[in-house]
Amino acid sequence: MALFDVKVQNQLKDILKNMKENVKIINFTQAIECPMCKETRAFAEEIASLSEKLSVIVYDQIADSDMIKKYGVERIPAIVLLDKDGKDHGVKFYGLPGGYEINSFLSSIIEMSGMKQALPADIASRIKKIDKDVHIQVFVGLSCPHCPAAVEVAHRLAMENSNIKGDMIDSNNFVHLAQKYNVTGVPKIIINEKYELLGAHPMNTVLDVIESLK
Amino acid sequence: MDFNLSTISFAAEKNFTPVDPGKVYDVLIIGGGPAGMTAAVYCMRKGVDTAIIIKNIGGQVAETSSVENYLGYKYINGVELVDKFKEQVFQFSIGYEEGQGVTAVTDGDIKSVTLDDGRVLRSRALIIASGKSWKKLGIPGEQRLTGRGVAYCTICDAPLFAGKKVVVVGGGNSGVEAAIDLASVASEVVIVQLMEELTADKILIDKLNSFNNVSMIFSSRVTEIIGEDLVKEVTVENVDTGKSSTVVTDGIFIEIGLDPNSSFASGVVEMNSASEILVDSGCATNRDGIFAAGDVTSVPFKQIIIAGGEGAKAALSACEYILKRN
Repeated sequence: MALFDVKVQNQLKDILKNMKENVKIINFTQAIECPMCKETRAFAEEIASLSEKLSVIVYDQIADSDMIKKYGVERIPAIVLLDKDGKDHGVKFYGLPGGYEINSFLSSIIEMSGMKQALPADIASRIKKIDKDVHIQVFVGLSCPHCPAAVEVAHRLAMENSNIKGDMIDSNNFVHLAQKYNVTGVPKIIINEKYELLGAHPMNTVLDVIESLK
Repeated sequence: MDFNLSTISFAAEKNFTPVDPGKVYDVLIIGGGPAGMTAAVYCMRKGVDTAIIIKNIGGQVAETSSVENYLGYKYINGVELVDKFKEQVFQFSIGYEEGQGVTAVTDGDIKSVTLDDGRVLRSRALIIASGKSWKKLGIPGEQRLTGRGVAYCTICDAPLFAGKKVVVVGGGNSGVEAAIDLASVASEVVIVQLMEELTADKILIDKLNSFNNVSMIFSSRVTEIIGEDLVKEVTVENVDTGKSSTVVTDGIFIEIGLDPNSSFASGVVEMNSASEILVDSGCATNRDGIFAAGDVTSVPFKQIIIAGGEGAKAALSACEYILKRN
């Protein structure tokens, strides 16, 4: 059964017309014993079928362990977006980006395709100067309307600077991980394991934290 | 699996233009909820030069799971309704700024509005439609444990309390709605209500009563939230006897109503004791050329349809003011 009904399929097709270049969706999965893996794979494949500019590759966690390593995938189900040249920019989704998160998923696809709104000059120059490794984990809930904005900021930062990686994590899919970081409110943004921001913050606030990293 | 797609956010062509600190607008609108967006549509249709400054688009509507009393839609979810509002605003080439709050406004022949990032915008007339945000209890532990068991947004955070015990503070509509949302996922819900009974609409109380994992503590208030990394327990005081007891809990949702977002206008326009901006029946404040609409004002009953209507009125009053001035 299709995840998207005809109306949503048509809306998605229209939105994906905004893509400039091709984008590759890589889905990491496992045939059994993985909650939401089957659904996430179906999601990735259905989305990819809605635009000629999208393609999908599915890797198995066990059989393709070299790919897990290559893309630094820490858990499944996972989706990694690659640009037209197959380059990994550290843009990941852990869990199925459904509910409100469909919006951050589409937005990241469109930005990855090269269709990006210009950043203000001061923000752009601050991002460029970041020379240490930054890992942004954004814990979300699929019923949270503020969450996509937080994910979009993390992913845009990842696309702008190769030292930055951004993950969306569905807190209700990865319950133990959410517990580890005491997530009881979403979005919750964890930067380099140590720093946390609660709520969706504009890019300059996230940059303030990144710049304060030792 | 549901998909809450916001199609308008991806519209290839948006007509709006970035706000311009270099010019003097006819009307500046502060706020992007139902009042602000309705005002925007009315101003643009009147042909006055308008800009809108939006901190959280949709305001409280974006955080509402279902809307069933906005005429024209028997049922619509909050984000869908916001999308429809946006679609109607975005057809105009309105000056547009999203993500910025306002820190100050000044009165005068030309009004000025200072944004979070320091930019100053100017206009001949001003419509304040900045809405309300969650009221806090202001008790020990609340701020420190926010996001660590203390929560305000039920539709965001309820799923994180699956199988857990939660306290809901407040027995009005928002408290009971929160309790209903939580009762279907949490193991146990305890409502702490200051009054002797629930004050929510009957239809909501009936729905609440269909759950068997909800209990209530009446005539009581929460005085402290305790926990190290996460909420562990709350102290509940009976307001009649003064006796305190402890309720062990994994979380606490605070649903005691809302505070107006009016601090940036304090000292400029007149407000009531609840810090709501006082307006006349035409949405005018006590200052010439400054109008206000929606939940930030003293107008009773905070409803989407009322806020929309008030936004329309404020816009028409502001346009009339601009016309007379010219």
